[in-house]
Amino acid sequence: MRASDRRLPRALAWGAAAAIPALFVGVFFLWPVLALIATGFTSDGRLDLAGIPEVLGLERSWRVLGNTLAQASLATALSIALGIPAAFVLYKLKFRGRSFLRGLLTVPFVLPTVVVGVAFTALFGPGGSLHVLGLDRSLLVVVLALAFFNVTVVARTVGGYWSQLDSRQAQAARMLGAGPVRAFLAITLPALGPAIASAGALVFLFCATSFGVVLILGGREFANIETEIYRLTVQFLDLRSAAVLSLVQFAIVALALLASSLLRKKHERAYGMRHEERTARQGDAPVLIVFGATLIFLHVLPIAALVWRSLQGVKGTGVTFANYVALVDPPESSPLRGTVFDAIGLSLWIACLATLIAVVFGMMVVLVVSRKPRSRLLQRSISLYDSAIMLPLGISAVTLGFGLLLTMHRRLGIGFDLRTSIVLIPIAQALIALPLVVRTLLPVLRGIDTRTREAAMMLGATPARVLATIDFPLLGRTAGLALGFAFAVSLGEFGATAFLVRPDAQTLPVVIATLVGNPEPASYGAALAASVVLGVLSAGIMLGAERLRPAGISTGSW
Amino acid sequence: MTYVRNRSTARLVAISALPLAAALALTGCSNGGADEGETGAESSAVTIVVHDSFIDGEAFGAAAKAATGYDVEVMTAGDGGELTNKLVLTQGAPIADAFFGVDNTFASRIIDGDVAAPVDASILPQGALELANAVNPDGAGGDSVPLVPVDMGATCINIDTAWFAEQGVAEPETFEDLTDEQYRDLTVLLDPTASSTGASFMIATVAAFGEDGFADYWKQLDENGARIVQGWSDAYYGEFTGASDSGTRPIVLSYSSSPAFTVNEDGTASTTRALLDTCSTQVEYAGVLEGAANPEGAQAVIEYLLSSEFQQSIPDEMYMYPVDESAELPAAWAEFAPLPAEGQTHDLSSSEVQAGLQDWLRTLGDTVGL
Repeated sequence: MRASDRRLPRALAWGAAAAIPALFVGVFFLWPVLALIATGFTSDGRLDLAGIPEVLGLERSWRVLGNTLAQASLATALSIALGIPAAFVLYKLKFRGRSFLRGLLTVPFVLPTVVVGVAFTALFGPGGSLHVLGLDRSLLVVVLALAFFNVTVVARTVGGYWSQLDSRQAQAARMLGAGPVRAFLAITLPALGPAIASAGALVFLFCATSFGVVLILGGREFANIETEIYRLTVQFLDLRSAAVLSLVQFAIVALALLASSLLRKKHERAYGMRHEERTARQGDAPVLIVFGATLIFLHVLPIAALVWRSLQGVKGTGVTFANYVALVDPPESSPLRGTVFDAIGLSLWIACLATLIAVVFGMMVVLVVSRKPRSRLLQRSISLYDSAIMLPLGISAVTLGFGLLLTMHRRLGIGFDLRTSIVLIPIAQALIALPLVVRTLLPVLRGIDTRTREAAMMLGATPARVLATIDFPLLGRTAGLALGFAFAVSLGEFGATAFLVRPDAQTLPVVIATLVGNPEPASYGAALAASVVLGVLSAGIMLGAERLRPAGISTGSW
Repeated sequence: MTYVRNRSTARLVAISALPLAAALALTGCSNGGADEGETGAESSAVTIVVHDSFIDGEAFGAAAKAATGYDVEVMTAGDGGELTNKLVLTQGAPIADAFFGVDNTFASRIIDGDVAAPVDASILPQGALELANAVNPDGAGGDSVPLVPVDMGATCINIDTAWFAEQGVAEPETFEDLTDEQYRDLTVLLDPTASSTGASFMIATVAAFGEDGFADYWKQLDENGARIVQGWSDAYYGEFTGASDSGTRPIVLSYSSSPAFTVNEDGTASTTRALLDTCSTQVEYAGVLEGAANPEGAQAVIEYLLSSEFQQSIPDEMYMYPVDESAELPAAWAEFAPLPAEGQTHDLSSSEVQAGLQDWLRTLGDTVGL
């Protein structure tokens, strides 16, 4: 009697913690997306699946699918190849400035795609210093730009795992005469396998659904499914073909998520006390060189090109700060409304709301998903729930934006039209930040040794007390990084924001896009300057958030 | 023990409820500012949804309020094509009262989808009725029009006249010239699938060479070394010798108004010129949305768009030409940036464009591998 008494409110509390974020994702994501896809599959009120064979019969559909898979596979391979040396340097070696460098390497991941697109164009495009290489509008530049974002993901995930890996086996192999390369290939690499594979699956997901970068750098020739859905929806209102491609994309995303979750399970485990680090040795030179080259050529060079170009005035004026002055004191002809500070203010305000939503919901999700129930059914439901929350990462921003237009018309029992309200912007951004918050926080809670909890229970603590004394404090300490991620992602979010109908106020990424497309001669320079400003803001937030991370807790192992 | 447990469970419930409360507070807060036009009983508020090249919404709102007495709120919905599609998608449950920024390429979608309510044709200024009928051939001659023309422009090939003088090469004039050997590797065009300006040029080539001939023309352009880039600013500020230090090509796809922006300091000459035989016309329309909460207010705002005050400001604010023939153009425009003459442009009707556009783009993809 007493036992069931206790169980009911507890189940209700857990139910609520699981249901509220699910409701949020369901109402603002699943419903709009499904509504738009359903519209594509109905004609005259009847189900019409004729679009499926029709679209799948087109040569272009297969080319787009091929592009998507090729770009994502190549970029994933490159990110892994460059990410493993970075993981070694940043997580196995001890040196001064390491934590700063770790933070710095997080920055590319949160840089807005508009900025990165503009940066790579500034480097490889016409007028750029590497234009002579003739790589502008080539597959290689698209792959490089995708790797620019994702080397970090691999470095963090693999590095966090590596630093806790027992190296005695590899040492034994060395002792028995194996060279460092052989020992790495035969012992360490297989041991890192699950971490590499899980990071790879996630990077593949990010690359296969990349929008801004592929649109700006790839053009129509290298269109992927995401940019093709954009063209079909925004240019042709061909919802039927877009719906078919959405299903294809959905299948790819579901597979990547499944792979990621299966592989993750293998390496998400209780953190041991082991933490092996050492100082650099002469033998590390090749790895250090690869890492240095990655940093300089992949990351520093495009950013430097962007900064350099932002300091060039209109034709024939040479080096000048005019572009930056135009942001603070825009000339009358500028499409900028108010000063850049207004746009920054609005962006920060919206990012605050989005962060609040994403972090609060994210914590609820993490609390639920980190449970380890004995029932198989509950275990399965939890892992299904975990994947469902990740879905917003993999669905086209256009589909979401147009879907919201279809569904958010006063149907929620509120007295106003949500479709044209500015409230929808933080909601859409929170949807995109939520999966990242979950992936940042989850490893920490999953890393709590079950025995710690069991011991607490044994000593008489109630489940709620265990939560309050073990889970919450740990969550609180990691929240800083999750907060930083959510904030930076929301600050730079362009896709979903751009496809909503929005009040006449500009966020910083929208300002950049507007400036880029404006005929006024000074606008392009101002766009470059605004990109630098946005990049600096995002980088500052990430570096700040990284400092909040308590020492010894390895978070962000996506 | 039991007491502690209950309190902690309560805390967990409270934590769970927090975001919900926050979300409710959020929606509650915004209720005041977001959409007074539809919540308030007063019909003094009007919402107009526009494309993203429109002027500063706040400034427009203030000027429009002074002229009409309504509280005018401006919403942005992407470029012209995206705006059109959003309006079609929300037909029956409009997102605003009025709209502006649908151009002649997309106009037939609005008309076929019954998205726009008729507006009294008597409000149109001189010369505008013809533009209104051009996109509404079935309804021409009636007292009302669904789409009200507000401004216009032309997409034309531009050349750097200084470059041609320096090199001693004769300036090109026509479409055919661009495929001539002496202009090899000198042209920059825009990807018609990525840029509306590029699409406009493609439509001009379809009008000039026919559905069966345009792909062949593009093939010749491609063989003559024409470069096709994604965005207008990449082309004009990145590649064009007339506007960029690093540019290498003196022929670029731009607008008939572009030469007004390359005028020398004393305003006596422009260093670039638009080839008026290579143009296609763009007209931007406004209208009242079917099912608008405040149709009277919407019409008042559209009348303001046609007022001489607003028409006069169009060149400086939006880089387009006013439809009102009596509105005065800025000096540099009048001198160096004339519109092509009537009949000189290569245009297709909106319904022809909508029927063919996707196929043409596909054909181009196959022939020149865009």
